Amino acid sequence: MTVAALIIAGGIGAVLRYAIDDAVRRRWPMAFPGPTFVVNVTGSLVIGLVAGLVLYRAASPEWQAVIGTGFCGGYTTFSTSVVETVRLGGRRGPVYAGLTFAGSVGACAVGLAIGWAL
Amino acid sequence: MGSTDRTSECDSRTRGADLGWVFLGGLGGTALRWSAEEAWPLHDGHWPVGTTVVNVMGAFLLGLVLETLVRMGPDHGVRRRIRLAAGTGFCGALTTYSAFALELSVLGKGGHVVIAVAYALVTVLAGIAAVVAGIALARRLVAIKGGDEA
Repeated sequence: MTVAALIIAGGIGAVLRYAIDDAVRRRWPMAFPGPTFVVNVTGSLVIGLVAGLVLYRAASPEWQAVIGTGFCGGYTTFSTSVVETVRLGGRRGPVYAGLTFAGSVGACAVGLAIGWAL
Repeated sequence: MGSTDRTSECDSRTRGADLGWVFLGGLGGTALRWSAEEAWPLHDGHWPVGTTVVNVMGAFLLGLVLETLVRMGPDHGVRRRIRLAAGTGFCGALTTYSAFALELSVLGKGGHVVIAVAYALVTVLAGIAAVVAGIALARRLVAIKGGDEA
């Protein structure tokens, strides 16, 4: 039951990622660091928040499975981020990779802190 | 297969279909990632093997798929559907940045700083190497169709 919900949540996460990517590219085609950055940072914030609620506020681990592993896992993406890093190359590639890494890990830490504080 | 080669002006029907291909691929990618996390369960203070495997494998596959499709022709029709289902949906959902960030935070909080730093470096560097390898493999295997690209 949880596994089915987790997999469907992953599909929904992937669709939301695509919709955000499409919308951002239409409005700001030259934006740097771009839609994949936004997706990875916001998804990391959510997974941190859910993990925080499970760790510190005794929320059900099933929430972490469905929202964290399922939705956030399908929504955020490592592969696209690395392909974009390689395509940017030069100086912008490492800057992009560094921003995504720092932004995502930072957002996850903020999510965990919010979960703890709630 | 067929005749939907009207790229730039996407009407609402093709946009709905795009979302359907991404969703289907996303289901498959999520299911495989979940299987990997089950096969290599996460233990406190240990290297997150499952996430490493899916992220590096997915990066390789995405490089291979995207480069293969570009070499086979413009992003229309069946090539576009494959890109959306296999690339955006499957590889996108197979790989995860959020679990990577969470595992790093948990390792850091638990005082396992050496593993956390090694995990971060290996994931990012192996991911880049995997994309480059996927692109290189596509270049060896697939000749450019149409000949309008260098």
